[in-house]
Amino acid sequence: MNDSPLPSKMERLPRRAVLQWFAAAAASTSGGVSFPSLASGQSQALAASGYGTDPDLVKVYQPGDAWPLTFTDDQLVFVTALADTILPADDFGPAASQLRVPDYVDEWISAPYPSQQKDREVVLPGLGQFEEFVRKTRQSSFSELDSETRIAVCRTLTSAPDGKNPDKALANFLHRFTLIAAGAYFSTPEGWKAIGYAGNQATAIFAGPPSEVLQQVGVEQTVN
Amino acid sequence: MATISPSEAQNEYDVIIVGSGAGGGQMAYTLTLAGIKCLMLESGRSYDAATETPMFQTGAHAPLGGSGTPDKPFGFYDATVDGGWQVPGEPYTQASDNPEQQFKWWRARMMGGRTNHWGRISLRNGPYDFKPYSRDGLGFDWPLSYEDVAPYYTKVERLIGVYGTNEGLENTPDSPNGVLQPPPKGRIGDLIAQKAGRKVGVPVVPIHRAVLTRPQDADTLPALLHPDDEDAQKVVGDSMRTRAACFWATDCGRGCSIRANYQSTTVHLPPALATGNLDIISDAHAREVILDKTGKAKGVLFIDKKTGKEERVTAKAVVLAASSGETVRILLNSKTNDFPEGVANRSGLVGKYIMDTVGSDLTGQIPALENLPPHNDDGAGGCHFYAPWWLYGDQKAGRMDFNRGYHVEIGGTRRMPKGRLPIPGDYLKGLFGTELKEEARRYYGSFLSFACRGEMIPNEGSFAELDPDVTDDWGIPVMRWHWEWSEQELAMADHAQRTFEELIGEMGGTPVGGGSRSGRDSILQGGEVIHEVGGAIMGDDPENSVCNQWNQTWDIPNLLLCDGSPFASNADKNPTETIMALAWRSADHLIETARKGDL
Repeated sequence: MNDSPLPSKMERLPRRAVLQWFAAAAASTSGGVSFPSLASGQSQALAASGYGTDPDLVKVYQPGDAWPLTFTDDQLVFVTALADTILPADDFGPAASQLRVPDYVDEWISAPYPSQQKDREVVLPGLGQFEEFVRKTRQSSFSELDSETRIAVCRTLTSAPDGKNPDKALANFLHRFTLIAAGAYFSTPEGWKAIGYAGNQATAIFAGPPSEVLQQVGVEQTVN
Repeated sequence: MATISPSEAQNEYDVIIVGSGAGGGQMAYTLTLAGIKCLMLESGRSYDAATETPMFQTGAHAPLGGSGTPDKPFGFYDATVDGGWQVPGEPYTQASDNPEQQFKWWRARMMGGRTNHWGRISLRNGPYDFKPYSRDGLGFDWPLSYEDVAPYYTKVERLIGVYGTNEGLENTPDSPNGVLQPPPKGRIGDLIAQKAGRKVGVPVVPIHRAVLTRPQDADTLPALLHPDDEDAQKVVGDSMRTRAACFWATDCGRGCSIRANYQSTTVHLPPALATGNLDIISDAHAREVILDKTGKAKGVLFIDKKTGKEERVTAKAVVLAASSGETVRILLNSKTNDFPEGVANRSGLVGKYIMDTVGSDLTGQIPALENLPPHNDDGAGGCHFYAPWWLYGDQKAGRMDFNRGYHVEIGGTRRMPKGRLPIPGDYLKGLFGTELKEEARRYYGSFLSFACRGEMIPNEGSFAELDPDVTDDWGIPVMRWHWEWSEQELAMADHAQRTFEELIGEMGGTPVGGGSRSGRDSILQGGEVIHEVGGAIMGDDPENSVCNQWNQTWDIPNLLLCDGSPFASNADKNPTETIMALAWRSADHLIETARKGDL
């Protein structure tokens, strides 16, 4: 029954718990040590409501249609640079920003649902802290670094030689950001091509796995 | 779908049917084709699969990529309206704060109910499944046998269209030749699981699902379903001709605008409406069954959710097919002087013996499935293969520590990515740039999930009652749930975990998340598989059952329960096809009664 390929549990929290969480999220973002230009009073977007229990399913939605977005222009510059570092243009497909991944990340962390709000708590302060880390260690803003250096910065945060991250909170931010951005990227037709999904097409017959796949796995088709 | 307002209802119908899902839809179909005037009450809104189904929409078209939220727990495109684990305005409560003793209740508020999104898995109960007490002394026997129900399984399969194969396996009934539609080819995950299954003794075979793999034979099937009734044959044939075969795209959980799979709204209700013998009122929230002075059912009191007004409709017979939990709620809320504990409840068993299916899942990462050439793996929008329970012999020989069976549903992961990364995050941790894309491509589709779906034995600790303090938005007392799994179910889940680990190991894979878990740690919460049955079990004695074998309540014979509530046991086989078969059988009995002038 589950829509996701792996087991996951989506719990509806009591309204009181959600409100308590909202309060905690607001406190954590307003009291943090974020880089000034990338964090400013963004907990306010949380007043939005969700799309409800009977949304129009055949309409095409754009980020911002279901609830207000959050990122400032400065944040979007950073998010675009980071998303394009994680998912660059290459032989697999276009860069993340060409597929509107930054807008999707914005929609995600602006959504008034517990799971997304938990990510908001990580992502919003993380933007400023990440930029601050780059300025301290590279004397430059992240978006002005060349692509190799950007990747080196990301690796510094996640794969230090001794196995210890220099900053666990930043490493966590980077991991969460990567999962959200990659989730968006691979949801697009270009992303399908990159990851190898080849469905969503009406066909007269279902042929099953082609012979090269059967051969590679070492199995035979057993339904005639 | 055409509906009427309460003011347009006739003064009296032959039969009122509460609920429009599998049971209600089947009753409406069978009764109206026989000329019986029916009124259906649906608590949700009307729904049109042809215009509302998102057939090719992608994650890029939906908020959050279509991933699940509390508003749409199974994803944005899931065919559930105003429902999920919570329904706006209609709470339910738990008797315990302990999650292990709680019941998760999935409901929908739409025409067709949960049939719009269900998994379409259509399995017959076997001969053992109707006589479990006789076999092992646990639970209850049904007051009927497989032979009594088999002709109705055949009718249902011919009507709704079910693909699959006859494998001749123990307690896994074959259908008569020519009844099943051809199964789809195995997906790559099915085939590797089948190969591993052969080595470890688990028979992996095509599953049975209510999806058309070819157009229905509309020139032949109607006469088989309705011999000697040309009017019914024409209506059913016309309906069958409007259904297309699967075009091998779109998850069935979204519903189906081309009517290739079974939903009540696309298969049962259109021909019923075409007879002219069915009226439907939507947004009709049933509160209680009304009795006449002689103690017979004479109608239903409901709240018109559009106006908030109480409405009453009358008929010669009343069918409750509102789902086990809702049927129990309506019965317990219908109190009279003769029935102070709720109508049809002289046995005191209304609400008792609620059952769900034992669920316990394990996913493996299979290196042999890495980096496969891209290919279309969508298939029939749900399972293609499964493993029916295979250890009856070991149980009979006393070599097992649980008495009933489970089947294994196999889930590949080369599916449309929507919103969330289709790979567990840990597999890509610390990767960036082209290296991340390479690894995503490597791992995509290399995960294979195994889901235990097993029989729960009814117990005294799993039941539903009215909450004495909480009412819904219309002032109607709500359900309060009690739940417990017994050692039987925990042992079964434990066995499933060890079996899945063995299968994954045989394929050269590793379990995701560190390995198998204990039965207690892996078993899903009560209700989580959404196979709620029981609560008004059938039997052959009014002292220890609520219904007879015709789904009639013992206390009020013109009050019938035609959802999962009369189930005396909950075999591993998914309940929907049995709900439909029993409803059809019950409807035939009601028609016979009507023809004798006794309705």
